[in-house]
Amino acid sequence: MDGEELTEEETALYDRQIRVWGVDAQKRLSKAHILVSGLNGTAVEFCKNMVLAGVGNLTLMDDRPVTEDVLQSNFLIPPDEAYYSGRSLDELCCESLKDFNPMVRVSIEKGDLSQFDGEFFDKFDAVVVSCCSLKIKKAINEKCRRRPRRVALYAIECRGSCGEIFIDLQNYTYIQKKSDGTAECQLKYPSLEEAISIPWRDLPRKVSKVYFAMRVIERFELSEGRKPGETSISDLPLILRLRKELCDAQSLSESHVPVSLLERMLAAGGKEHPPVCATLGGVLGQEVIKAISGKGDPLKNFFFFDTADGKGIIEDISNSSTS
Amino acid sequence: MASGSQLEAIKRAKVLMVGAGGIGCELLKTLALSGFQDIHIIDMDTIEVSNLNRQFLFRQSHVGQSKAKVARDAVLKFRPHISITPYHANVKDPEFNVEFFKQFNVVLNGLDNLDARRHVNRLCLAAEVPLVESGTTGFLGQVTVHVKGKTECYECQPKPTPKTYPVCTITSTPSKFVHCIVWAKDLLFAKLFGDKNQENDLDVRPSDGTNSTNPTENVFERRADEDPEQYGRKIYDHVFGYNIEVALANEETWKNRNKPRPVYVRDVFPDKLILQNGSLEKNCVTEESAVSAMSSLGLKNPQDIWSLAENSRIFLEALRLFIEKRQKDIGNLTFDKDDQLAVEFVTAAANIRASSFGIPLHSLFEAKGIAGNIVHAVATTNAIIAGLIVIEAIKVLQSDFQNYRMTYCLEHPSRKMLLMPVQPFEANKSCYVCSETPLLLEINTRTSKLRDFVEKIVNNKLGMNLPLIMHGSTLIFEAGDDLEEDVAANYALNLDKALAELPAPVTSGTVLTVEDLQQELSCNINIKHREEFDEEKEPDGMLLSGWVAPTEKDARLVSNGESTSAAQLAEKSDEDGIAPARSGTKRKQSEMSEMIDNIDDMKPCSSLDIGDQLNPQEVEDNDDDDDDIVMLDENPGPSKRKKLQ
Repeated sequence: MDGEELTEEETALYDRQIRVWGVDAQKRLSKAHILVSGLNGTAVEFCKNMVLAGVGNLTLMDDRPVTEDVLQSNFLIPPDEAYYSGRSLDELCCESLKDFNPMVRVSIEKGDLSQFDGEFFDKFDAVVVSCCSLKIKKAINEKCRRRPRRVALYAIECRGSCGEIFIDLQNYTYIQKKSDGTAECQLKYPSLEEAISIPWRDLPRKVSKVYFAMRVIERFELSEGRKPGETSISDLPLILRLRKELCDAQSLSESHVPVSLLERMLAAGGKEHPPVCATLGGVLGQEVIKAISGKGDPLKNFFFFDTADGKGIIEDISNSSTS
Repeated sequence: MASGSQLEAIKRAKVLMVGAGGIGCELLKTLALSGFQDIHIIDMDTIEVSNLNRQFLFRQSHVGQSKAKVARDAVLKFRPHISITPYHANVKDPEFNVEFFKQFNVVLNGLDNLDARRHVNRLCLAAEVPLVESGTTGFLGQVTVHVKGKTECYECQPKPTPKTYPVCTITSTPSKFVHCIVWAKDLLFAKLFGDKNQENDLDVRPSDGTNSTNPTENVFERRADEDPEQYGRKIYDHVFGYNIEVALANEETWKNRNKPRPVYVRDVFPDKLILQNGSLEKNCVTEESAVSAMSSLGLKNPQDIWSLAENSRIFLEALRLFIEKRQKDIGNLTFDKDDQLAVEFVTAAANIRASSFGIPLHSLFEAKGIAGNIVHAVATTNAIIAGLIVIEAIKVLQSDFQNYRMTYCLEHPSRKMLLMPVQPFEANKSCYVCSETPLLLEINTRTSKLRDFVEKIVNNKLGMNLPLIMHGSTLIFEAGDDLEEDVAANYALNLDKALAELPAPVTSGTVLTVEDLQQELSCNINIKHREEFDEEKEPDGMLLSGWVAPTEKDARLVSNGESTSAAQLAEKSDEDGIAPARSGTKRKQSEMSEMIDNIDDMKPCSSLDIGDQLNPQEVEDNDDDDDDIVMLDENPGPSKRKKLQ
């Protein structure tokens, strides 16, 4: 991918999307490097989107072996044990994704991301984490924030038919097109730690209930030493107790975290409803493309989707949004 | 996660997908992952390179193959045990009749043109099968649910037909670049390389209004011995120089308009030496696919805006190349956006004309988009929409009609929502498609022929493919290939007769019944005679009402991409399109759905901001502590649409 101009091949392949975001954005995409840690259904959708978009480099990390559960929401891997046995998820996804767009470099990285040095993150424009505990998400976020050049962080969570995307672009400046010209916009994103530390009662009214539900279950997994997504409906009594504790501590009415919502999320465990993967993966794809290209208003800083009401909601959970 | 009962319904379901393109690929994948086991998919297209940025089930090696079949094969790789039945066919084919549609629990559309959508809508109504419609353009998208008897049908809200322009704007007084494109494509290109027998308004003289049949017609005929380059210069001078001078002679036209400037070859290339292109690759390999004026002249970047001189060189070189390398194509070409040389020619011609008229020039990239009605598209929006389609489909399978939603995917959030669900509306009581309301047609029964009625009203406005027209119990016209000779001959005679002169004369007060058996649509039209019609406002010479007609900005005569002698239906576009905001009208619910369904006006509307101007009806939260406000539509609009109860 040398040289300034797009090749003829790129121009032909990317014609339709260049008409959306322009040649410059396409060029920037082709120079970008994205890391995806955790390859659940939503992450796989995201990877597909980025490869099709023509991102320069995509690095995958997910050491897990392929299981029935994994195959459920993964369209990259043929369900042939002879084929996948003994190979890790990232290897298989890598192979498949390369096929989608030969102009994109797809690779894998082995190891424990939370153990890597800060320098490891320098080559990435964006890091996407899923299937990840709160503790590790925070750790990775902190590492990214300490790098000299911005490394954007995106954390995705999908429990059944509910999904969440968290975005940290740190200090982000971009040109916003207005009807009467352009204006420079500056956004200051909180870290994950900062965002979820904001007292619940200080949040704007009518924040999506999915936010609270996610926080409760997150806390539950932490305190019970569970792996991400390792929950079931039998955990409900404990969850309800935790809910009460948290809501009391936060002076928030428990009605903000409906039982029905918690039930659905618990019962799903780590399973994802494929249409939600597609929707979330699509929104995430758009966001990363925006951030890399510098074009378009980025989402700040949480996105929620729940099939129960069908709304895709953006919540600004930062100090600038509190009263 | 899908609940137990949902999974059951999904497993048992038989689903029809119409379209295996941008939305189709994402949809098929998501359906398969969600547990659907019996999917049928219809698509008449083959795979092209420009599809590959989003139709991810296809590879470079599949270019040219059937989309439906390749999509099926690709999905079976990760779900080998489900049943996917592909049809490489046009959904309008007779094999896809009501009986065919009846076998499905739900129909999911991933189409890219209005015509097919209307057709499927009618079949779904006739078969009483729910339809989930969808569309995307760039970052915008929507999903809507249509269930007979419960919600609006797809046609309850009028869908605007594509923009067309008055002939005189194209031939004499262009003011926008798109006018120049239409001229270059439908007039000049058609005249030079298309069917010689087609009517062509290229040499129309507005002053005398007659179609020129004088010796200048022969300008376009190239004698066998005429040097291609000389011929090219002659054409150039004729269309950009002489024709403009003739137009300038009519003072009236230019009273309130800026006068165009005639351009001659000698003006652009005063020094003849510069003109000799000395094509860089004249003697190189020249397979048809590699023939390109840009390569020949070393102009590499399609994003560049060429100067008048460069455009002129391209024009002349492209013309020369057509003659020298593609002689056999001349006489039967229609413009094809994937024909590089054609795109180059049209771009150059449009730019030279634009230059003449003081209109800003455009790059090949932009011109191609306009000339080819290209709809810009990305994978992410299609993925989002596909997810939403499956969510609605699952509700439909469970007849969960309280929860059916129309969902809009916005580029800019509206009240924190990027994905905005809205309750569907009740059927429009005056929808002629699903509510059998009669229509009114004002027409000059003495001068309008049956043919005009069939083409302009029955085919175009009513969207019927194989119509039957009856006056009382008399069949006055029937379309179809299987008619007996004498019957067909009789109809042919009828077509050329004025309505009032038909064997069963059609006059004021007559009620005509028009039917399409395949679509199972029957429509009564009350005829009212009217003498005069405004050429600008009613160019068809007839007016259909009672059917909620789309508002149109300009008088319709010539549409981009169609011959000047007939107003045809919507042109196919690459992907689902969006109609631009209509200036001056407050955007309402109905306009949202129209906007996204239809073919773009030419320019991408990436800055379209639907969210801000909308007064949507917010959906109630089904939560216990229902403190969310349900906003009622304060301006229900003339059609008084009612929310589903």
